[in-house]
Amino acid sequence: MSGPVPLWAMGTGAAHSSDVSLHRELGLTDEEAARVEQILGHRPNHLELAMYAVMWSEHCSYKSSRVHLRRLPGEGPGVLVGPGENAGVIDAGDGLAIALRIESHNHPSAVEPYQGAATGAGGIIRDIFTMGARPVALMDSLRFGPLGEARNRWLTSGVVSGISGYGNAVGVPTVGGELEFAPCYSGNPLVNVLCCGLLPKERLVLARAAGEGNLAVLLGSATGRDGIGGASVLASAAFGADAEAEAAKRPNVQVGDPFEEKRLIEATLELLDRRLVAGIQDLGAAGLTSAASETASRGGMGMDIDVSAVPLREPGMEPFEIMTSESQERMLAIVAPEALDQVVGVCKRWEVRASVVGRVTAGGHLRVLAGWDGEVLADVPAASLHEDAPLYERPMSKPVKLVSANGASRPAAPPPASPERIAKDLLAMVYDPSWAYRQYDHQLFLNTALGPGADAAVLRLSAPGARPTPGSAERGMALSTDGNPRWCAIDPRAGTALLVAESTLNVACTGARPVAIVNCLNFGNPEHPEVMWQLSESVDGMAEACRALGLPVVGGNVSLYNETAGADIDPTPVVATLGLVDHLRPGIPGPSLTAGDEIVLLGPGGPASRSLAGSRWEAQQPLGESGQAADRGGLAPLDLALHRRLLDLVAALVDERLVQGAHDVSDGGIGLALAEMAVKGGTGCRVRGIEGTEGLFGEGPSKVVLSVAPDRVAEVTERAEAAAVPARRIGTAGGERLTIDGLVDLSVADLASAWTGNLPAVFATPQT
Amino acid sequence: MAVRVGVVVFPGTNCEHDVAEALERVGAETELVWHTATSLPGLDAVVLPGGFAHGDYLRPGAIARFSPVMTAVIELARAGAPVVGICNGFQILTEAHLLPGALQKNRGLSFLCQVAELEVVTDRSALTAGLAPGLRIRVPVNHFEGNYTASPEVLRSLEEEGRVVLRYVGNPNGSVHDIAGVCSETGNVVGLMPHPERASRELLGSTDGLLLLRSLLATAAGPQRRAGQTGPALAGAGA
Repeated sequence: MSGPVPLWAMGTGAAHSSDVSLHRELGLTDEEAARVEQILGHRPNHLELAMYAVMWSEHCSYKSSRVHLRRLPGEGPGVLVGPGENAGVIDAGDGLAIALRIESHNHPSAVEPYQGAATGAGGIIRDIFTMGARPVALMDSLRFGPLGEARNRWLTSGVVSGISGYGNAVGVPTVGGELEFAPCYSGNPLVNVLCCGLLPKERLVLARAAGEGNLAVLLGSATGRDGIGGASVLASAAFGADAEAEAAKRPNVQVGDPFEEKRLIEATLELLDRRLVAGIQDLGAAGLTSAASETASRGGMGMDIDVSAVPLREPGMEPFEIMTSESQERMLAIVAPEALDQVVGVCKRWEVRASVVGRVTAGGHLRVLAGWDGEVLADVPAASLHEDAPLYERPMSKPVKLVSANGASRPAAPPPASPERIAKDLLAMVYDPSWAYRQYDHQLFLNTALGPGADAAVLRLSAPGARPTPGSAERGMALSTDGNPRWCAIDPRAGTALLVAESTLNVACTGARPVAIVNCLNFGNPEHPEVMWQLSESVDGMAEACRALGLPVVGGNVSLYNETAGADIDPTPVVATLGLVDHLRPGIPGPSLTAGDEIVLLGPGGPASRSLAGSRWEAQQPLGESGQAADRGGLAPLDLALHRRLLDLVAALVDERLVQGAHDVSDGGIGLALAEMAVKGGTGCRVRGIEGTEGLFGEGPSKVVLSVAPDRVAEVTERAEAAAVPARRIGTAGGERLTIDGLVDLSVADLASAWTGNLPAVFATPQT
Repeated sequence: MAVRVGVVVFPGTNCEHDVAEALERVGAETELVWHTATSLPGLDAVVLPGGFAHGDYLRPGAIARFSPVMTAVIELARAGAPVVGICNGFQILTEAHLLPGALQKNRGLSFLCQVAELEVVTDRSALTAGLAPGLRIRVPVNHFEGNYTASPEVLRSLEEEGRVVLRYVGNPNGSVHDIAGVCSETGNVVGLMPHPERASRELLGSTDGLLLLRSLLATAAGPQRRAGQTGPALAGAGA
């Protein structure tokens, strides 16, 4: 580089905005712009306006959702760090802690699937090591439109490649997730990425700028023009119908470099281990503006940033571009002047660039300077970028179309179906997600006791720099992510409660006690009253279920404007549950049947315990003559007290190895649960007493299918009785056919070939 | 005295802690060796672990072969000490011409992380000494570029000289002759795509990888074990 670029000579930096529509282009409303002027006491210049525009964007400020999120329970025993920080942190005992966060990268992935998914992983990984934790696991909750459309296939394979390309190279295993399809995601796929990290409790750090005179050191990549306005232009606006216009947003998507991030992880963890930094913050949405103002305001301090000291990828970048660029793989470290040489030394070893770009100041102002003694380009109260962000109580209204779906007193019963038809329905439901997850390194760190494909991933509590202590060596953790737009479309409140139930049960099926959840709330356009009603209902459903189950919500992310050409996605809250395993040892029962076993169904029975409303079966039925889906009534009820007893019972049965297989009954009902267990166990079964299509494919909470050795059945049913959880023997495992009396008789070989072949077949067939 | 194994770390390497942990389970002492090291004092063997050395930019292993440590690794190999490259380490050893052939992109052009069944072909390598040829083991693979290839002449000599160490049973990536691992003429330099460290605990589904790592330690502790690891001794042994 040929010396500092004279930024102040470039025109827009210090000039007052003369264009009244500038704030609108930047994504601020007229009212918001007026408020900025009120805070500053003068008309903001372009740079100041740009900083407020990104920080007050929906993506950064949660301005539409904050009033609702407050209703979630954030506290609980074992919570070391609750919502509002870079990640939630849970005490895992024996000196270890677990950091956890989930985040969406939906809009970037819709525009450029490979880089969108890659940088989604990169961003969430930085949130975790910012806390001092070694990132040890990723999970991906992915939702796409039907694969019959070529664009959806392009998006799906692009996202999976992006996760594989970035996650594998950055050295964080992807241990599980979801891969689901529904028509509402055609223009707007959902890419939610969860990262989990381990840390010795004493290494926990919070992003605070302390100590006047301390230095702000920018670590990692040079700053470029990628991702400018990503938070405001891309993530906080809906997609239109024009594909070309969307393609034009590609420059707003950041580009990931996993090798840079890998070195940044190692350098950061070494800096924290050696206690060389006073605070550290990753640069994510809104870039340097966000990192500088957040660390400063959390520490009750101010900060001066010298934009001419920021290493740039190209000359001629404007101050507002430097301050809002979302270039990836950057961190801002707060360093005492006397520690600077050592910090630079660590960074040099890891080949990480380190540049002093700022100073912590008293007084609470974030100032942007052109050279330390140069012109002041912007001067704003640091806290105002966060705390004064607008808070909207947007209008809400219940969608009209829900009234009939949810209120029918006599839901339509499906007509009796032939065994051939039921077999067809079942064969169409199954697919093996290993097409995606075998592209992900899911074994790094030697932790993965149960990997992708199980009800939940189960990991050792071990990581470089956070090794098991004598107490924790025999324990583990379990993770599951769960979403279901069909339930939440019918009833967002009850549907979200069902998701909490499902996610906790997934974790219990691997022998773990659920201890905390994080969530990613994917909804449509918040300016639509129906969407705000859905969000509000969903938050209430989550809060109710979490309170009843004693689970804190330690972090979350909200993704709004998931809308294409005026059509909102179905409400898609994604719930991720963290569980702790008390006795981690080989032989964890998976979701499979063992030949010769008795099959036991735990949980409520009878027609009231299930519903075809919002079921996977219903979703794959052709529409009726009216062009409308049949009205199947409301969702099955959730008894949270029973569910809590079930969680304890199932976790204990699995932990004590009283069962050989356990699988929760989720979407697809008992029919799909049995089919998956048969394929994975490589054995058939004979099951009786299932009542019709509704009994087979109806969906309802708090049900688990167990594969139990005959000599254990009595003990298992006694334990269920003692726990006041209904249990009944529904059949036996064995043979080569899946036979459900009176309903279906299907060879396991046919089921297995549909299971393994369905996804690859779609990708192999070019169709448009 | 325990066998001392160096585990080389390049920027972008990510399996170094796993390899060290697995080696320690079978009794080795380990030392992480930074890629700028110019000598390897006190080491009985060296492992180049998996990962993405230097980001795998340009081509896996193409930049790593120029890291300063490789000069010392080559000296150690010439002195007869075991040098094992796992996955990315195998790619580096071929780029450094310590092993013949090359690893190209998998057939099917996608990354593969799955368990592979392997057959031990020879007991003449540092990694399979003492194991019965024909033994089948289960060890995970985890790679994009694991499709082994070599010229017909090289393949013929590898087969004739018994230098194919491991073969896939059910070839996952298109490797020629189902080759999963090969060794040098002297047998002390071994490269393989599967990850023995990932089959080191019952909890992970297999402990077969420990068979390979135990062989490695036995070879390193064997008659060829060098006492002093000094410069002159290396030069003498390499001549």
